[in-house]
Amino acid sequence: MISVKNLKFSYGNHEVLKGISFDAHPGELLCILGHNGAGKSTLFKCMLGLLKGYSGNIEIDGIDMSTMKPREKAMHVAYIPQATKPAFAYNVMDMVLMGTTSQLNGVGSPGADERRVATEALTKMGIEHLSNRDYTKISGGEQQMVLIARALAQGAKILVMDEPTSSLDYGNQMRVQKQLRQLVSEGYTIIQSTHNPEQTYVFADRIICIKDGVVHREGKPEAVMDEQLIRDMYNIDVEMIESEDHKVRFFELKDM
Amino acid sequence: MTDAKKRVTVIVMAIMVVAGVIVSFFLGQFDITVKELGGIIISQFTDIKPFWTSQQEHIFLTVRLPRILVACLVGTALSTAGCVYQGVFENPMAAPDFLGASSGAALGAAFAIIMGMGDWMITVMAFIFSLATIWLVYIIGNRTRGNKTVGLVLAGLMVSALAQAGTSFIKLVADQTNELPEITYWLMGSLTGITMNDVLFSGVVILIGIIPLVLLRWKINVLTVGEQEATTMGIHVSRVRLVSLVCATLVTAAAVSVSGMIGWVGLVVPHFCRKIVGNNYRYLLPASIFTGAFFLLMVDNISRNLFAVEIPIGILTAIIGAPFFIYLITKGGESA
Repeated sequence: MISVKNLKFSYGNHEVLKGISFDAHPGELLCILGHNGAGKSTLFKCMLGLLKGYSGNIEIDGIDMSTMKPREKAMHVAYIPQATKPAFAYNVMDMVLMGTTSQLNGVGSPGADERRVATEALTKMGIEHLSNRDYTKISGGEQQMVLIARALAQGAKILVMDEPTSSLDYGNQMRVQKQLRQLVSEGYTIIQSTHNPEQTYVFADRIICIKDGVVHREGKPEAVMDEQLIRDMYNIDVEMIESEDHKVRFFELKDM
Repeated sequence: MTDAKKRVTVIVMAIMVVAGVIVSFFLGQFDITVKELGGIIISQFTDIKPFWTSQQEHIFLTVRLPRILVACLVGTALSTAGCVYQGVFENPMAAPDFLGASSGAALGAAFAIIMGMGDWMITVMAFIFSLATIWLVYIIGNRTRGNKTVGLVLAGLMVSALAQAGTSFIKLVADQTNELPEITYWLMGSLTGITMNDVLFSGVVILIGIIPLVLLRWKINVLTVGEQEATTMGIHVSRVRLVSLVCATLVTAAAVSVSGMIGWVGLVVPHFCRKIVGNNYRYLLPASIFTGAFFLLMVDNISRNLFAVEIPIGILTAIIGAPFFIYLITKGGESA
């Protein structure tokens, strides 16, 4: 379990996070909602150990993350970035093997054990056939799957994703989200930020809404996701439409 | 190419270096037969009756052998440094000459020469100035707005220009009878007049620099995906980066201090190797080590044998390197 306790962070005089607290449990997919500049990325950077100098605590199973070495952090929390073009082209297997670096002792290179871990991760994501392909020459959806496989190979049980599907087409978005649900059912904790409230309603177990550097609302999607929330978060007036089986909710802009 | 094939390719490259060295033993103005060469080599370890001339022995041991070894060492050093700079800076355009490491080393050496320092101090000063130049280029490159690849190259150009201005000024104030010729000769980039001491010195320093790089080569892969991602994968980024940069700069400085400025090797050889074994440093770094040695050895063979007058090797590396680079950026595709 990862616990964020009263987290505060400032860039210079600008206080971005003003005391954020929440927990995320194994087998839970947590979505972080917030408008641009609300501090989602800053929050993630603190959780990943990329930003230091925050106040408050981030604990994993009761252990303060700020006391961990980069390698120890990597064993607990993995980051799944948006797929971007790397400076050099690697094949998919090498990309996934990079995830195993934290398990290597000292200065070694990945060996048979690490290859097995990487192959398992590729198989789990259903992309083992891409193993020898050039990472820069596969589709955006496939690249995202590779980055998730890399995080799995890292061995961490907490996966942090910054808008994982924002650059993907609709089909790939759905495929990635389906895979994430599968991982959650296996006991992974997934914390992702997103710009799509409607999608969040379908896939998230719990939603945390960040506004003005604090947690504005938090809870199950059906309890939190309503017209008031959209108004508060994004400053637009909407009307909510819900399907009869209550499985999906849409928001329609008023005065259109 | 599968990993097994890459491994075989690297071994073939290593064999080519050994073969290249052996062939080079016989190239040159003074003829030497296989038998005579064998005799000279054996006579270094046990007493046998010479059936070769003392001139042949002298030429081989004090001119040809050190020159061949230094060509290999300098080629290895420059291409290894370029290969590592490219990874650490996440930048395909990084190379010792483009980052100002070479011109920084030249300024340091010129400064050491007019201060009347000895051979050792010339190298130490070349190293310190080279490291300072890289550091400056890195800081400036990071502060540029927009495209970081372009920013780093521009920063390298600017800092190189400053270092070259400094070197020019030192040449202006240098003593015209002894210091100026030494600096000028040094700047030209040449492997003539290499002694066995140069070989030992540069060999030891280059070896000290390359060993950590070979050990760190997997982690350099992880650095190329970016500082933040590498950190979240458990890499101590600042530490790996610092060790890699210091080692790459150390081998650059050692090479530049014995050979002067030889351009293009550090950019072109790693890219050639990327085409062949791919970007994984596990194979790319050894491939660059061997191909760098082979490349500069062959270029030096041309430089000392093709024409009656020796062509400075720096001119030849540019003639070969620049067109190859043009090929890379036009036809080479995106893996460059």
